[in-house]
Amino acid sequence: MADHPQRPGHERPLSPHLSIYRWQVTMLASITHRVTGIALAVGTLVLAWWLVSISNGPEGYESFMSVAATPVGLVIMFGFAWSLAFHMLNGIRHLAWDMGYGFNKVTATQTGSLVYVLSLLIAVGIFAFVWTGHAGYLQ
Amino acid sequence: MSTPLHKVEGLGASHSGTGHFWRQRITAVALVPLGLWFTYAILGLIGTNEVAVLSFLARPWNALLMAAFAATMLYHMSLGLQVVVDDYIHSTGMKIFCLLLIRFMMIATTVTCIFALIRIAAST
Repeated sequence: MADHPQRPGHERPLSPHLSIYRWQVTMLASITHRVTGIALAVGTLVLAWWLVSISNGPEGYESFMSVAATPVGLVIMFGFAWSLAFHMLNGIRHLAWDMGYGFNKVTATQTGSLVYVLSLLIAVGIFAFVWTGHAGYLQ
Repeated sequence: MSTPLHKVEGLGASHSGTGHFWRQRITAVALVPLGLWFTYAILGLIGTNEVAVLSFLARPWNALLMAAFAATMLYHMSLGLQVVVDDYIHSTGMKIFCLLLIRFMMIATTVTCIFALIRIAAST
């Protein structure tokens, strides 16, 4: 036990990590799932802010909308829309895996690509829906 | 909703068995319909005025669904962020600090959302 690995000052060897792997769709989708999850955690604060601003009456709602409608605000909203679409679609992919479906190497890569394409289409579709005047149907 | 493994005395290295895994999945399943409803609601309210938003959220079913969406999402968020902390934060003190921060943020944001919804319901 002369070379006890936990001896202070002794550097333990690390197993190969991120840097040595070739980038693949499945790996990128996994990382994106985590990143969009963290983005949506920030989104929960915006949701709380929106609800509080509405509860504060007309002035409060105007103050929220004046920030959300700025170019930066719209970019952030697009980010939330895409994050929610991606995290939900990829989450369904994960739930399918949990039930034992789609674990095949080719299938997992195909569904990973599909999640990217569909989530982008949904996010762009949502903004197109709003800009062509179709939103606001709960008047 | 737990597996029989839950009955094992030691509960493994995580000290909590499969509880975390199950809760993350149950909230994930619940968030699919709730998230779709949220998208429907937000799209329907974009471009309307403050009165329309207020009266929509003041209706009992809408208030209930919004509260359920916020609370479920925040719980799912705390479970997910906990995994991020477990993966990247290795010192015990920092880990406990981060986990406490996540839970406090989760509870504070949930309470804030629900309180705001009650104020909205009471204002009309």
